[in-house]
Amino acid sequence: MSVSEPGPAGSPPTSSVEARSLAAVSELRVTRRPRGELIELVRRRKLLIAPLLVLVAFVVVGLSAPYLARLSPTETALGMKLTPPAWLADGVSDRPLGTDQLGRDIASRIIHGARLSLMTALVGILLSGAVGTALGLLAGYYGAWVDALIMRIADMTLAIHIYVLAIVLAVVWGPGLRNVLLVAVFLLWSRYARQARAEVLSLKEREFVVAARALGVSAPRIMARHLLPNILPSLIVLSTLQVGFVIVLEATLSFLGAGIPPPNPSWGVMVADGRALIASAWWVSTFPGLAILLVVLSGNLVGDAFRDRLDPRLRRL
Amino acid sequence: MPRYLLSRIIQAIVTLWLLTLVAFVMTRLTGNPLDVLLDARATEEDRAAVAQVLGLDRPLAVQYAIYLRDAARGDFGDSFKTRRSALSTVMERLPWTLELGTASFLVSLLIAVPIGVITAVKRETTIDMAGKVLALLGQALPTFWLGLMLILLFAVTLGWLPAGGTGGLAHLVLPSITLGWFTVAGIMRLVRSAMLDTLAEEFVVTARAKGLPELGVVWKHALRNAMIPPLTYAGVVFVALLGGAVVTETVFAWPGVGQLVIESITFRDFPVIQIIFLLFGAMYIGMNLVVDLLYAWADPRIRLAEGDTRLR
Repeated sequence: MSVSEPGPAGSPPTSSVEARSLAAVSELRVTRRPRGELIELVRRRKLLIAPLLVLVAFVVVGLSAPYLARLSPTETALGMKLTPPAWLADGVSDRPLGTDQLGRDIASRIIHGARLSLMTALVGILLSGAVGTALGLLAGYYGAWVDALIMRIADMTLAIHIYVLAIVLAVVWGPGLRNVLLVAVFLLWSRYARQARAEVLSLKEREFVVAARALGVSAPRIMARHLLPNILPSLIVLSTLQVGFVIVLEATLSFLGAGIPPPNPSWGVMVADGRALIASAWWVSTFPGLAILLVVLSGNLVGDAFRDRLDPRLRRL
Repeated sequence: MPRYLLSRIIQAIVTLWLLTLVAFVMTRLTGNPLDVLLDARATEEDRAAVAQVLGLDRPLAVQYAIYLRDAARGDFGDSFKTRRSALSTVMERLPWTLELGTASFLVSLLIAVPIGVITAVKRETTIDMAGKVLALLGQALPTFWLGLMLILLFAVTLGWLPAGGTGGLAHLVLPSITLGWFTVAGIMRLVRSAMLDTLAEEFVVTARAKGLPELGVVWKHALRNAMIPPLTYAGVVFVALLGGAVVTETVFAWPGVGQLVIESITFRDFPVIQIIFLLFGAMYIGMNLVVDLLYAWADPRIRLAEGDTRLR
């Protein structure tokens, strides 16, 4: 592989900077199609098969949780409480991963938890993507004070201490999915806005946009019909990288008591349930955490490879 | 440069101002502090009297204006709970968080820099892939769960280290690994990409051609140059660690600002919440400003592209 041009700032440690550098190179891949790229990518990197399978399993489990889990995720059975996993001395085979302090089946709770995580990730990403893309299009297309205002708000939301925000929201509304989604939008919209803005800045000088404008096509129509379709592929790549982020965010907020409240089988709630039992019943916290780890790691590996593939300048990283 | 400097500083101030607005609105959303401060026996007169002392009887716009005026003078008000200066309430806890943050940052560097260097030298090999997976693990491991697993292994099972609380270096080990692990992936990537650039440079080629030992070339000549980008971002990474400390502090019962966040929100202690919010926001904005200015100083194209039209 030849040595390519060094990036302006290397690969950055923080996501805001990451979005910035992603945006800077995005103009290179205006016409690429992500689906074909994914197949090509898997052909080249066989190691990606495992994480892809994990992700497929995650989606399938999430979609079909009520049919897959044999036991209710919330029904308590105090007589069965803190049963160890099946392979340990006191374990029973129909509670494969053991039970928690209320006798609920951990395996069933993890399966239902996948549904919660999947839903949170999808809705969180769609919402942030929609808000961020819309504002990014406006900022890039109109420039001037619109741009300045939107970008200052973006800077401001990145400077927000998210745990303070999340706990305040939990106090105001009580814990719930709504808080998680709002915090996710607060954290993520600017990544989409920066990406969309940067691409629009270069696209709007291109002939097809200039021509559309000369023909009198309205600004909203130019943005929706001419600019949006061209920036969509890179926004999809950006989204794959956020899946794991949103799942960890939900789990963390739920762990802190500011996200999805018990007795819902959120993976974060389950880890929190086992916190006080860590010395006596390790399985209560361990398995839901492993589920988070597996899904998020797979998501990051696939998203990363996908981005490197679409982004020639980052390919060597 | 002066013009670019000025425009970036103005941007930072505008951002900070927007943040004060959010902090103010957000704290007022949490409800009436009087409900928490006074018990059910309090009469309407009691409530009015306390509201007056705390300045809560005025219209919101006036409250905000007073808040902004005092903040500009460095007066952030008194804690509703203790009636002591809110700023000193926060500052008493800050050293704990700074201690944890510093230790975590060192742990992070100790893990990330060697992996970054080795994966750059052995790029596109199994070692490279393994290093990458290891670093990505850092981002995939939820902090709170990693903390619990470390407690399970090193405190419960092996009994080597304390499971939480403070006192001595031993108490710092598990929390700083937990928190530091989170930034490993980012630092590793920076080091790796900088190393790849540096290893291709002429002075490295020359050093190798002279027959210098490969170890010295990589770890001394190349690494020294490759550390510039990671060091530039050091401040931003550090602030990210301090912000993320809330979760680690909760898991390990660490008495830092993170714990104060939870206490003060529960108590509707507006002045304290606002200071924490602004403190972290200001640190974040300040560190990013530093990074931008460093890059502008190093690369004239940046300051010419944005704002500084004089030299065009």
